[in-house]
Amino acid sequence: MDVTPLGDSAVLIRVAENFEDAPERALEQVLAAERCLAAANIPGVIELAPAYTTVALFYDPMHAIKAGAPLENVFAWMEKRIRNAISKWEATSAQSINSSVIEIPVCYDGEFAFDLGDVAERGGVTPNEVIQLHSGAEYRVHCIGFTGGFPFLGGLPLKIATPRRETPRKEIPAGSVGIGGKQTGVYPIKSPGGWNIIGRTSLRLFDPQKNPPALLRVGDGVRFRPISRQEFERSTS
Amino acid sequence: MKATAIRAGFLTSVQDLGRTGLREFGVSSGGALDSHALRVANLLVGNDESAAGFEVTFGGMRLRFADERIVAWCGGNFDARIGSTALPSGHPALVQAGEEFSIESPAIGCRAWLAVSGGIDVSIVLGSRSADLKAGFGGMNGRPLRDGEEFPLAENPARAKTLVEKLRDKKIAPWKPPHDWSSTARREPVLRFVRGVDAERCGPAAFQTFSHESFFVSPDSDRMGVRLDGPRLAGSEDADLLSEAVAPGTVQLPPSGKPILLLNDCQTIGGYPKLAHVITVDLPIAAQLRAADVVRFTEVSLADAHRALLERERDLEQFRRGIESQFR
Repeated sequence: MDVTPLGDSAVLIRVAENFEDAPERALEQVLAAERCLAAANIPGVIELAPAYTTVALFYDPMHAIKAGAPLENVFAWMEKRIRNAISKWEATSAQSINSSVIEIPVCYDGEFAFDLGDVAERGGVTPNEVIQLHSGAEYRVHCIGFTGGFPFLGGLPLKIATPRRETPRKEIPAGSVGIGGKQTGVYPIKSPGGWNIIGRTSLRLFDPQKNPPALLRVGDGVRFRPISRQEFERSTS
Repeated sequence: MKATAIRAGFLTSVQDLGRTGLREFGVSSGGALDSHALRVANLLVGNDESAAGFEVTFGGMRLRFADERIVAWCGGNFDARIGSTALPSGHPALVQAGEEFSIESPAIGCRAWLAVSGGIDVSIVLGSRSADLKAGFGGMNGRPLRDGEEFPLAENPARAKTLVEKLRDKKIAPWKPPHDWSSTARREPVLRFVRGVDAERCGPAAFQTFSHESFFVSPDSDRMGVRLDGPRLAGSEDADLLSEAVAPGTVQLPPSGKPILLLNDCQTIGGYPKLAHVITVDLPIAAQLRAADVVRFTEVSLADAHRALLERERDLEQFRRGIESQFR
């Protein structure tokens, strides 16, 4: 486990060495580390931010110093407490993480699915098979970012993995469902983006008037349910 | 009570100290790019340090007030006035009902933070009044201030009322905070940084160039980040890393070899190698960088960064106590 300063007010904790070969394992290590760190109540900690193989810990150095951290080495003081918190999990070994599976209805209609043809062609499958593969898999949220509430989902069938577009689009409509490399995700708000768009959901993934503002959090399970154009229209009206 | 933006200016937004606890949902911290300047300006007008003010970019703003207010601003070298009277940075001043406050384009720097007694009373969204212009929420309905628009002000706090009476004759208070706090823009600034998480991965050549050469600020810089032109840094071989947390102050090295210094509206995660992190106390200087400015970077230890922050916070505490008598 690497613990590295991320500037003077944050620490980056690498809890898993490898993502590609064992993404589920990495996710469970990240979630377990996050839980241990949250439970440890380390003085000065402001928030935790998990992503793929790391947890970032943001802290207020002034608060840590008031709580006894030596000015000459606040980082070592934090690092000791971080390692101590996480070792408690390692000692008791991981319990598996049960998280909810959230269903996202998606209309894969041609009008919304700008790149469905490209994804099919690359994978050597028909557009219908893309839809079946995409909606047949179960995904896990490995990271949320890019824009508020944007989920990076692992678990995409490799047949429909498609590199990001060479030239990103200037504007992708809110609710667009896309494929970027081996991941899939949903654009919660209108934004630029380079992923291959294969459908659209009317579900709101980000609402700043709610707290938490995001529908999903790291660790959640996700499934996509294909819906007809009529059902999509009904759900937006 | 409302006031009116006769002219909104080039880019003016409502900002306070930003959002915390929402990074895991991808919400940027946001807030005043120079939070220290906003805290100081708020203290000067009798507000809580965390009250919302205006972040003014390149000036061009004219406000008319409907009732008596204390105003103060900190930031770049702007020409600010109440009516036709010049108002230097850092001096609290009385604006009377019907009077106008204006701020024109700066000689050095690009941003100023204006505090108005009572604070700008827009709705709190996700724990903050700050506008997130990228995501479109907070502040004035998620967008910059517009010409002709009214904006809400909370009632003058008791401290501000005391100051109103004291400034009835002189209008502008003779006292001000340390010059460095109210006037933050520097010619050819040097920003201090601590070594980045991926400094080794970026390679010694990139790191050497970054620490010893001058860079120019690119015009496509904004509240998300300052893009740097100049010597191209040797990029790292695997420039597309698995995304992980970034923060305001992080210097990323994309494959173009042109570093990007992230500011408050940056994404919460990034996949480019992190070459360096500008220290917290130097972010106010970074917030003043504008196109074509020349900037250099110099490495310090993490202990130096923490010492500088502790000193600034101690000085701020002393200043807080020192101005108490002005509000009695």
